[in-house]
Amino acid sequence: MNDLTLIRKSLFRKKTRAILLILSIMTAFLIFGALASIDRVLNSSEELSRADRLVTVNKINFTQTLPYAYWGRVQGVDGVQAVTHASWFGGYFQDVRNFVQAFAVDMDSYLEVYPELEITADQRAALAERRDCVAVGADLAEQYDWNVGDRFPLSSNIWRQDNGSSAWDVEVCAIMTITGQDLPTNYLLLQYDYYNEALAFNRDQIGWMIMLTGDPGLNDGVSQRIDEMFANSPAETETTTEAAFSQAFVEQLGNIGLILSLVVSAAFATILMIVGTTMVMAINERTKEVGVMKTLGFSSSRIFTHVLSESVLLSLVGGLLGLGLAVLLLGGIAQVAGGQLPGLGVGRETWIQALGLMLAFGLVTGFVPALNAMRLKIVDALGKE
Amino acid sequence: MTDVLYELTDLSKKYTRGKESVAIFEDLTMTINRGDFIAIMGPSGSGKTTLLNLLGGIDKPSGGQVVCNGLRIDNLSQARLAKWRSSHVGFIFQFYNLMPTLTAAQNVELPLLLTKLSGKERKRRVQTALEVVKLAERAKHRPRQLSGGQQQRVAIARALVADPDVLLCDEPTGDLDRATADEILETLQLLNSELGKTIVMVTHDPAAAKYARRELHLDKGRFVESGAMA
Ligand SMILES: Nc1ncnc2c1ncn2[C@@H]1O[C@H](COP(=O)(O)OP(=O)(O)O)[C@@H](O)[C@H]1O
Ligand SMILES: [Mg+2]
Repeated sequence: MNDLTLIRKSLFRKKTRAILLILSIMTAFLIFGALASIDRVLNSSEELSRADRLVTVNKINFTQTLPYAYWGRVQGVDGVQAVTHASWFGGYFQDVRNFVQAFAVDMDSYLEVYPELEITADQRAALAERRDCVAVGADLAEQYDWNVGDRFPLSSNIWRQDNGSSAWDVEVCAIMTITGQDLPTNYLLLQYDYYNEALAFNRDQIGWMIMLTGDPGLNDGVSQRIDEMFANSPAETETTTEAAFSQAFVEQLGNIGLILSLVVSAAFATILMIVGTTMVMAINERTKEVGVMKTLGFSSSRIFTHVLSESVLLSLVGGLLGLGLAVLLLGGIAQVAGGQLPGLGVGRETWIQALGLMLAFGLVTGFVPALNAMRLKIVDALGKE
Repeated sequence: MTDVLYELTDLSKKYTRGKESVAIFEDLTMTINRGDFIAIMGPSGSGKTTLLNLLGGIDKPSGGQVVCNGLRIDNLSQARLAKWRSSHVGFIFQFYNLMPTLTAAQNVELPLLLTKLSGKERKRRVQTALEVVKLAERAKHRPRQLSGGQQQRVAIARALVADPDVLLCDEPTGDLDRATADEILETLQLLNSELGKTIVMVTHDPAAAKYARRELHLDKGRFVESGAMA
């Protein structure tokens, strides 16, 4: 027997109560784990934004395209270090439900503007060689079990080819990861030329342009010069920072971040109160036992540690169960959602945040009862015969 | 080593009730010898429990000194008193006060968590203590599964296990029937005569007091000795 035995036995002294408390804490952490992970997937592009990266879209809205010629004209704008373009492909694999987030891009300039994308030199060379080569994010590749060398038809729910087909035959030539980031790489890049030349309609159009200024201080000037250049043309532009653009994109899906914090705080506040008052009650019931422990020679500080450890243990057991359940739940959602949410799962950052929360939760709920137990006078405790 | 264990000098204890202060006892002076078995008797509210608490260092006097084994304990800090209690005093209560979630053996082991003994040595001591109170075969039982007399014997084993200088018993048979009470008292007597344990026992039962070597009557803050027993 050691102190941990004592702590564990006290915690499970009333089994039903302990189980109910664990279930409440579990629920809170299940909600936290699930929402934080969904939020992370939706906001992954936002987290990756660089302060000196700008995005130019059609002023009407970002689903309208721009003439291909704009790309060349922007290259000459003062303050632009590099510029690339991308087009929304609306991809799916075999079945419309197997959504694949795919962009048609100019590979060289795209990788220049997104230096965080990592592709080995061999694979880059392969991409430059063949126009039907695509680069696939590691998470997406894992989801469909794609490997370098695999060929498959990538279908579009928007575009059609001259020959009536809406599928482009592609070969996986590169797997992309992101340097030093714990973010999902859940999209695919195909080559613009290969995509564009086969198009039945809307040829020589691009979705949007992305550029680096090299210095956030230059952003405003560059934005202004670009938008002025295309003013009074059939396709006027609007240039913003990448972060603002991602934000607008995610808000189309509802403000998950706000919902997350509201739901999680409400759940935590409620469960904090329930667990806190229950702990105070539980320790009050044990007043006499605390008195006996002190009589035997257990110091006040040791008793304080016992009670605090008890609530931290409670919180850890409930929290880990909740997060474990979140892992299972997200696995289930990812399966049901087909390809809609690749990279969905409880990430390392969410685990770290959750562990911190569990610890804080245990310390907060245990502090008052621990203090009461520590201050308890033996004669008062034993006098309750 | 002298054979005096406790020296109480001018001991007083007062409580304030509202505005007036009530003295439970005043200027109490006495000694307790090593190896003695004392029964403290007296009417309810005469201060027997209070005195026992002062001897055990779980309460502080309003004045005077308590010296045990040459160490003045009435002015020690809470933390030092806790440490002192763990190795010098064993308590036995009227209602046993065992931990309901622990087995008999774990209850007995509890005071040993405060020592540096190895797990093996702790186990050995627990076994011996349970054998002394004739409960070795109930080691794995929880208090709820034991009779009152058996619970009190577990409590005695717990009080003994750290080999303290003195056992302080507050109405140890107050909750037991005559026959069971006699068994407990015989056990205490045996601990005193065979193992030489000093015992101070509070009781209001004259039959229980007969087991002691010495009876003291506490009344209105004063001691009256009533004959020595063999
Ligand atoms: N915390 C306290 N506050 C006020 N009075 C107390 C307190 N504890 C004990 N007393 C009083 O001290 C007296 C002696 O109590 P106690 O030592 O428990 O007596 P006994 O054990 O002889 O029955 C009683 O009158 C009791 O009411
Ligand atoms: Mg009493």
